[in-house]
Amino acid sequence: MSEFLTIQGMKIEVERMGSGSPLLVLLSEEAAFERTSPFIADLAKTHELIIPQAPGFGKSDRPDWISSPDDISYIYLDLVEKLGLKNIPVLGLSLGGWIAAEMAVKDDSFISKLVMVNPFGVKIGGPYDRDIQDIWTLHPTKVAELKYYDTDFGKRDYSSSPEEDVSIVARNLESFARFCWDPYMHNPKLKIRLSRINVPTQFIWGENDGVTSTAYGKAYSAHVPGASFVTVPKAGHYPQIEQPAAVAQIVNTFLA
Amino acid sequence: MKAWYFTEMPYPHLPPLDTLSTMRVSLESKHFDPKIGADLYNRYLDEYMIADDAGLNMMVNEHHQTATCLDVAAPLSLAILARQTQKGEICILGNPVANRGDPLRIAEEMAMIDCISRGRLSAGFVRGVPYEIFAANTNPTQTVERLWEGIDLIQKAWTSHDEPFNFEGKFTQRRAVNIWPRPYQDPHPPIWLTGSSDFAGISRAAARGFVFATFLQPYEKVRQLFDAYRGSYRLNGQPGGGGTAFMPLVYVADTEAEAEAGMKELLWYMAAKTEPQYRNPPGYVPVEFNVKALQGTYAGRTDAMRAQTLEFQREQGVVMYGTPDQVIAQIKRFYDLVGGFDHLLMMMQAGFLDHERTAKNIRLFAKDVYPAIKDLAGTKPLDLPIAAE
Repeated sequence: MSEFLTIQGMKIEVERMGSGSPLLVLLSEEAAFERTSPFIADLAKTHELIIPQAPGFGKSDRPDWISSPDDISYIYLDLVEKLGLKNIPVLGLSLGGWIAAEMAVKDDSFISKLVMVNPFGVKIGGPYDRDIQDIWTLHPTKVAELKYYDTDFGKRDYSSSPEEDVSIVARNLESFARFCWDPYMHNPKLKIRLSRINVPTQFIWGENDGVTSTAYGKAYSAHVPGASFVTVPKAGHYPQIEQPAAVAQIVNTFLA
Repeated sequence: MKAWYFTEMPYPHLPPLDTLSTMRVSLESKHFDPKIGADLYNRYLDEYMIADDAGLNMMVNEHHQTATCLDVAAPLSLAILARQTQKGEICILGNPVANRGDPLRIAEEMAMIDCISRGRLSAGFVRGVPYEIFAANTNPTQTVERLWEGIDLIQKAWTSHDEPFNFEGKFTQRRAVNIWPRPYQDPHPPIWLTGSSDFAGISRAAARGFVFATFLQPYEKVRQLFDAYRGSYRLNGQPGGGGTAFMPLVYVADTEAEAEAGMKELLWYMAAKTEPQYRNPPGYVPVEFNVKALQGTYAGRTDAMRAQTLEFQREQGVVMYGTPDQVIAQIKRFYDLVGGFDHLLMMMQAGFLDHERTAKNIRLFAKDVYPAIKDLAGTKPLDLPIAAE
């Protein structure tokens, strides 16, 4: 069931599903696919999931002034306040992980625990180091190989999907570029600000991620005080898609 | 009608095309031999001089990181033409305002060239084709906004002569704007704008009296675009100036067989290979186009046209070739089919077409074709609704 909240003048779609202890889930750029994925269904067995769609994703508005995950974090902080969420764990996937980090560095007082799965968001190396492979400049075949351990998980067939669903996918792709094109997939300020995060934090990383390597993930996690880091075998940039049960188990163990 | 000579200044001396995945963006510059490049630059500029001498006008453009176009800074070639040619008008089509990101530098360059050429300049602005996004690293979802903010600032800078002004826009912030020189033409050079499907942009161009130009499109599409322009032009109170322009590939020869051989050389341009990710960066086209792309039913207009036969392309008006009489007939037919237009932009050199045949093409067109089309009447404002949808 979707509901719509008005935040800073814009309409934000929020889904709730499952029952149990509440968990705020910030989806990745694959949001259209993840909503109905086995991973989300698995988590919904033991949690009441609160799943907002970021501005420009799903049916949420995208006003012109929103240009970065940093901007989105302010929207989500208002959303948390509006929903009265307190002492709640936050799970962020890829782009959603980046947004979760942007929120936590500003205000982590409502967060009980933080889980980030292959988040984008920081620049580790120098100008010539490809911390994050350029998914928009490389050939699509190469990008699929970098993203997935098993590229079958990245295949999507929209030839018979309803127009409305495909429109959401197309708009999600556009919004992802709007927010993450330049600086590419990172906020130059975020790395320094990560030291402000003061809640138990778990990084989960697809071992075969070719877009953001395990070394990148480890370096990222080292900037978050006390964060732990675990890898998931046979998974690329979206372990929640390729190894849903394994990732859900790590999440549940950490949150228990 | 005015005719304009144009070459994209190609670098065709590449390894066999079937061994390359792309000629644009990521083709390694090890394939560029500067000695060959030096010869090509000088040869192409010589051919513009021949066009000027023969009585044609001249148009230049720019692209980046591509073997299809060595003109990577059109204001530079334009500056050379401003000084070295004497008669013809010169047009840049155009300045990639969104991708260059410094509108005032463009305003200065154009004003300087307008002065050097003693007012022979038409200043075009373009949003830039999709693969230009990568070399410029412009956010592909905002190029239209960037383009129009840039044009606004350039026009303001060209026409402000009494005191400096500050500009705090979305993409550009500048203080104490006060450009020297001011343009030679008053209030400023004619402005041109390109487009291929954006009716809102066409309407805006018409309202401001800009010339609207479109390239290599079939006549039915051109008619729609030009009708939209003419309708908007009238609805906006006929702001003055303006007009419409079309670019086909053009080759004229003494015999049809010779012309066909020349045209086949020009088609090198249409066969330029580009990797798929460069053809449609996310957000460059509206969501409804990308829905079709995801469903596998949209591959872009250029791909559709280049897959066609030469005969079909000729019927559509995308290529015009033959003896002078045949080319005159083709231009007049196209003119009637699209409801008239003002400027014929002619890509008359591409690929391996050598100097001798390029010069012959230019001279024969100027001598035997141009006189027969020069007097075709220009754009007439139509009482048409804006074809927005």
